[in-house]
Amino acid sequence: MRLENVPQDDSSTYAKMKKTIYAKNSDGKMQGISSTGWEVEETVTRQALDDIEEHIKEAFLEVKNGKKSTLYFHMYKQKMDLTILSQATGFFKWTIKRDFDPKIFAKIKQSRLEEYCDVLGLEIDEIKELPSE
Amino acid sequence: MSKFQHIHHAHCESGVISSMLTYHGFKISEPMVFGISNALNFAYIPFVKIGGMPLVAYRSLPKSIVKNIRKNLNIQMKMETFSSQKKGEDRLDELLNEGKIVGAQGSMYWLEYVPDELSFHFNAHNFLIYGKKEDKYLISDPVFAEAVKCSKKSLSKSRFSRGAMAPKGLLYYPTSVPKEIDLKPIIARNIKKLSKNMLKTPVPIAGLKGLRYLAKSILKLQAKDKKYAKLFLGNIIRMQEEIGTGGAGFRFMYASFLQEASELFNNDAVLNDASKMMLEVGDEYREFALVIAKAIKSKKDIDFQAISKMLRQIADNEAKVYKKLLEFKA
Repeated sequence: MRLENVPQDDSSTYAKMKKTIYAKNSDGKMQGISSTGWEVEETVTRQALDDIEEHIKEAFLEVKNGKKSTLYFHMYKQKMDLTILSQATGFFKWTIKRDFDPKIFAKIKQSRLEEYCDVLGLEIDEIKELPSE
Repeated sequence: MSKFQHIHHAHCESGVISSMLTYHGFKISEPMVFGISNALNFAYIPFVKIGGMPLVAYRSLPKSIVKNIRKNLNIQMKMETFSSQKKGEDRLDELLNEGKIVGAQGSMYWLEYVPDELSFHFNAHNFLIYGKKEDKYLISDPVFAEAVKCSKKSLSKSRFSRGAMAPKGLLYYPTSVPKEIDLKPIIARNIKKLSKNMLKTPVPIAGLKGLRYLAKSILKLQAKDKKYAKLFLGNIIRMQEEIGTGGAGFRFMYASFLQEASELFNNDAVLNDASKMMLEVGDEYREFALVIAKAIKSKKDIDFQAISKMLRQIADNEAKVYKKLLEFKA
């Protein structure tokens, strides 16, 4: 890629940041240059962010309707999924799934709750609540 | 010792090493660090899922740049991890008080200076800590244009993030850096090693075999749900472009390395040709990304055949670069 072809697309997913791209200048010499974004990259990042957002919204509704515990919502809210939460806590996936049950989560052991709070970066009262929106 | 200067790089780990060694009096570019630490690669590991998507990587394992630089340049580099957060915090302050600049590993997600759009759970992010002012740590994060500041709380949460590739508070810093190192034999050795690796990896998930395996898996998306297929394709391009690769899954950076290497060997023609070829392969990766982005946006059916064929073609052309590189004689 030539220097003048390095996209400067002001991508929203760059959040006003810049990235360094390596490209060739007019003398044929390669160098790093700042880019404000690339539409192509923005498309795929946006796709991933939308997917996360969708999970959060669905989880919110499921918790609101009493089908899932607040843990389920906060997991997605913190951009995690069952795999990441399991790796971070060291809890087996099937035991975490049980905690997605509101009735089981209501009686959760304090030490286990603290582990969840630690990896999700939440306070005890936060993890038990669903935000108003 | 000179005053530390933040430099904006493409990639976190190679960027940290380049800034760190340059600060210690051994000036070395990011592409050179990347090249001589043998960091280029490709891996497609369908049974390891990240965010529900198979692992796709365009470089070697995290931390391998630090480890290979240490080994290949014969630099004394201390790497410290900690059994408790408190110990890790105290040790960092101690090192900063001694006037050291320190490389650190942490989770991107918990760093407060990372905007939401760019933050995700990746435990092997690397950055330099070069001081402390009032309550804030001064951080040179290579993928950021300017130096940044970070609170102790956020920094510790990041350094002691748990899960896959947990950093365990890792800090690293050189204890002695030679002023002069003859890079030539190191370059020659690693170019050869890389070329052989990429062409002949024994496992089907890495090197160019991995790339062809991914091309095959793209064909299978035909039978899958359309939304999944689009996320699968998007994930490939995110790993190729979004994850601080300097463009085209590190291929542009490697082309830059080959050019620099050619200059060191009195404008060696083989290396120079290989650099140009790698640059062209990089352009093909960018084209591949463009086609996928269009497919994601379009409501029409996706031509998986064409996308898969494109990737196979890239694998063929990239193979030519490594074959060319094997002709190189130091």
